[in-house]
This record gives sequence, C-alpha cells and structure tokens, in this order.
Amino acid sequence: MEHTDIFELGGKRLTSRLFTGTGKYGDDCLIPAVCEASGSQVITVALRRVELDGRADNVMRHIPGHMTLLPNTSGARTADEAVRIARLARAMGCGDWIKIEVISDNRHLLPDGYETARATETLAKEGFVVLPYMNPDLYVARSLADAGAAAIMPLGAPIGTNRGLRTEEMIRILIEEMDLPIIVDAGIGTPSQACQAMEMGAAACLVNTAIATASDPVLMGRAFGRAVAAGREAFLAGPGAVSSLARASSPLTGFLGETGGAA
Amino acid sequence: MSFLPEALRLHREPLEERMAAATGHDALRALERERVGEDGFLALLSPAAGQHLEAMAGRARDLTLRRFGRTVSLFTPLYVSNHCANHCRYCGFAAPNSIPRSRLTMDEVRAEGEAIAATGLRQLLLLTGESPARAGVEYLEDCVRVLRPLFPSIAVEVFPMATDDYRRLAAAGVDGLTVFQETYDPDLYADLHPAGPKRDYTWRLDTPMRGAEAGLRVVNIGALLGLTGWRREIFVTGLHAAWLMKRYPGVDVAVSLPRMRPHAGAFQPASPVSDRELVQAMTALRIFLPRLSITISTRETPSFRDNILPLGVTRMSAGVSTAVGGHAKAGETGQFEISDPRSVAEVCAMLKSRGYQPVFKDWEPLEASA
Ligand code: SF4
Repeated sequence: MEHTDIFELGGKRLTSRLFTGTGKYGDDCLIPAVCEASGSQVITVALRRVELDGRADNVMRHIPGHMTLLPNTSGARTADEAVRIARLARAMGCGDWIKIEVISDNRHLLPDGYETARATETLAKEGFVVLPYMNPDLYVARSLADAGAAAIMPLGAPIGTNRGLRTEEMIRILIEEMDLPIIVDAGIGTPSQACQAMEMGAAACLVNTAIATASDPVLMGRAFGRAVAAGREAFLAGPGAVSSLARASSPLTGFLGETGGAA
Repeated sequence: MSFLPEALRLHREPLEERMAAATGHDALRALERERVGEDGFLALLSPAAGQHLEAMAGRARDLTLRRFGRTVSLFTPLYVSNHCANHCRYCGFAAPNSIPRSRLTMDEVRAEGEAIAATGLRQLLLLTGESPARAGVEYLEDCVRVLRPLFPSIAVEVFPMATDDYRRLAAAGVDGLTVFQETYDPDLYADLHPAGPKRDYTWRLDTPMRGAEAGLRVVNIGALLGLTGWRREIFVTGLHAAWLMKRYPGVDVAVSLPRMRPHAGAFQPASPVSDRELVQAMTALRIFLPRLSITISTRETPSFRDNILPLGVTRMSAGVSTAVGGHAKAGETGQFEISDPRSVAEVCAMLKSRGYQPVFKDWEPLEASA
C-alpha cells in the first residue's frame, strides 16, 4: 500500500509513527527484528550505555542502518549535563537528533521542565533537532516551543510503569494548543493505549519498556506498529462525536415539522 | 541532619515482636498494594510472609522487569590496599590478623586495571582496608587518575570520609560510594568493633549521606548478614535507603545483601541466613522500594546467583579477586573467600542464556568531555 500519511520531523519523512527504544532488552540481538516487525524508523539510545570507542559488544551494532538515531541524554541531572551529552552524541556520529531527558529525581524519574527548556534552547541554537521529554504541562510546552523544540514528548505515565495514559487530559490540551507535533513518551504499556494516544491526535508514540520486556518482544513490536497505525487512521478518519444521550435514528420531535405549528 | 535519630528509634522498637505478630494475611495485603509502606514492608519481612515467598517473588520479578528490564549491570572490585587500622572481629583484613600487607604502586594499579579492562568490564569498585595513613585521599586520587581512562565508572569502598574529601574524589572522577554499616544495632556494633576509627557508629552511619552531599551519583549501603537477626537489619537497611532516596532524589541508592563468608579470622556468623531467607529479604526490599538498585556479590554460589537473578537483582560483581593485586598475579590472601569464581565471560554467558543482558557501561563521564 502506498503511504500517503507522512510524518515530517527534523527534515525526515517518516511513514511509521512508532518510535522504539534500545533499553531493557534481555538481548540487543532482538533489536533488528523488533525494528522490522514494528516498522519503526526512529530508535532512541542512551548515550550512557554506548561504548564511545566502538567496542565489539555495543548496542549501536544492532541498530539497522536505515533507522534514524535518537540519542537521549538519560543520566543528565542538569541542563548543562544534557548539553554535554548531546554534543558528545553528535561528535561520535549519532546525527543531529537529540531527546532531552533531564531527571534529578531517581525515585519517580519525572523530568525537570525548567532544566529541559534551558537545554533545549542551547541545543536548538546549535542546530540540533531537539525532542524534549516532559511532564505534560502547557506552560512548559510553550517554553519548549519558544526554545526551539522540534516536537514535544509528554509522558503518559511515569517511565517504565506501563500504566498507560494517566495524563490523558493534559496531553489532550497539548494536542489542542500546541502547533508542534506531540509524541507521547513513557508509560504506554499496551498497544491499545498507544492506539488511544494516536486517536487523540498524537503525532507519534515512543514505546520501549512494553516492547522490550514483553515475553515476545518481536510480536509485541508488531502489535504496537499496527496499533499506532490504526490509531492514526482513526484520527484521520475523524471519529463520530461521542454523546452520552442515545439518539434515536428517527427523531422524536420530527412530527413538529420545520414550519407551521399553532401560535 | 542524620539518620541517627531514626536508627536509634528503630533500635528501641520491638520489631521482632511486631514481625512475629504479623500474619500471612498481612503479607498478602501488602502484596496487593501498589505502594507498600513501612507496615507492609514489616509484614513482608515477617516469619509468616515466608509461606508466601512464591507470590513475593512474582511481584518482585514484575517490578524489577518494569523498572530495569532484562539487564544486569556488571562490575568488579579492585583491592588496592589491605592495610587496616580496625579490629572488626568478622574480617580477614583486621589489624590483629597476621596476613601479608601491601599497597599497590601506580604501575601495579595500572596493570590490575588493564587486566580487568581486558575482560570487558567498565565499572570498577576500588577497595582498600581502612587506613587513611597508608591509603588516604591522595593515594586514591592517584589511583583514579590512572584508572579513569579505562573505566567510565569508578566507585570506592574505603574508609568513611568527610564531605569535602568525597568532593575531591568526585572531582578526580569517582561517581559512587559503597559503605556497609555492618550492623545497625549500636550495641552489637560496639562489640564487633573493639578498636580503631571504625568504632564511631554515627560517623559511619552518616557516610552515605556525606557522599550524596558531595554529589556522588551512586550510594550503595548494606548490613553484613549473619551478624545478628536479618529481619531487623533488612528492615532498618530498607528504611535507611528510603531516607536517602527521599533526601537525595538525584542519587541512585543501592543496597547490597552480603552474607558472611569464611575468612582468615576465627569469627563465624552468629545468625546464619538461609537461601530462603535471603530471597525473602531481597524480594521484600524490591517490593518496598521498586526503584532500588540491588547488588549481589560473588559471595554467593553460582547456582544461587543464577536463580535469584530475576527476583530483583540489578547489579552483580563478576570476575572477582578479593586479594590485593589479585587480577594480575595470583596467590595472595583475600578479604574473604568468594563462592562464584566464574570469569566475566562465563557470567555473561549465564546471563544471556537466561535472557538477560549484561550491561558493562551505564555512565558516560562528563568531566573529561566538557
Ligand atoms: S571490615 Fe574493613 S575496616 Fe574492618 S577490618 Fe576488614 S578491612 Fe578493616
């Protein structure tokens, strides 16, 4: 089938709106098969885990060449650290895309909006395609947009919880208010949840834990790829309005007619 | 601030009685909760919870998988000096024990580092006995300078230091600290540490806090299991970890569960901990603190390490020698006997065969790359 629904981001044209990850796999050898089964074209990798001198057993070896690399700044606790990690990623040939993660709370792993915006501003000026991971807060989202973010990545639930779209209402507001693409990141635990995010109008979803820790990551990757595509199609199709009142197909007041009636 | 008031409060509490009163039903209720509080943790450590070990293991496995995935971080200790001023009654390095004493020269440190790096390991734990006079901050800084190019992550397990000394080490490239309280029972602590600077219970208790203050990224604590009743020790260890996590949210708090091993002295464990009990301790900790890093050392046997892997373990030592200079040359006396002598390659093969990925590197040092 010809893909007509293209997602343009950072100068790339993507036909899949599922972004995947490289963390938490029992074996990185699964990564190519997951990429293929899911159709994903963008993959995030934690620079902290990468051997910069290109040692043999390296996650980078398992990432198929056609994938767009989205290095992330996991481990950064401040804007300054995130900036340094981003520069390192570019210097080692990971490209210009960077996912900003600034987390100084290891208990809940919630991103620091203020530091994230600071890092975004610096890196956008340096020509990076900056995708900041954030708490779905409209004000933070606006400051990220002002700082030059290419898209906004709100969390659906805290990282690794697989709890789904706990922040649904906030994400809905971001989708309505922001002109930038909204990529739901973190918390999505099942394909139906990813589908729901896409139906709401999210531009893409990033899923790592739910795929990597599934009993069959390849099959789960395929399920997510399909769910994201289905949700996107549903969004494009424009679902019928939801009403809590049942509507009889023959209106109950039809007998009143358009005109007439006694005064 | 200090954890001391909390430790002393817990010392006065009849925790064993409260645990004895907990029922299997209390443990099951704790297992059903999304977040387990102090009471639930206590119930999970109770004798009655022992009947529900399988359910605890299942929950611990699920929580570990969600937070850490199928990955286990590997590190190895490097013993650079066994001089020690302390008289810990349970340790082979104690000052009164007549063992050969040595401190590695920088050339020897480099040789050891290269031997370890050749196995693929990238995370190092630098160890000494406690002798600031013979292996002090300056010596450690020198070691770190030599080792830094080989290891992106270097932690220390040395004598407790002041915050400023930890800052110096952090500036040299140290990112983690391991310090075991040995026992949280102040009376037993006094008894087991008859002489030497380690006698100061409070100074040691606040060491992880000082490390965190100094900006170290990983702080690993623990009690030496076997010295006294494990249920109480694990309970206080868990609360200490929770206390650190709350005050220093940017720090990765880790707990080790070292069981006592035979060593050169005559001291033997007063309260041996069975395999079943260790599993209960570990799964209770995981359920209480789902984001806690949990370290299992080569004190444990290969088969035990392999089997507890999914139940909460996130960090393992591998390719261990507890002798000074034991990586580049053999035959020295170690601090204790290890039970898992497998090479790094063998441990990796085991992890892979069980569907786990060994992680060699989990930090990119930024000070050098600015
Ligand atoms: S436990 Fe540590 S401080 Fe105590 S004697 Fe052994 S090496 Fe020295």
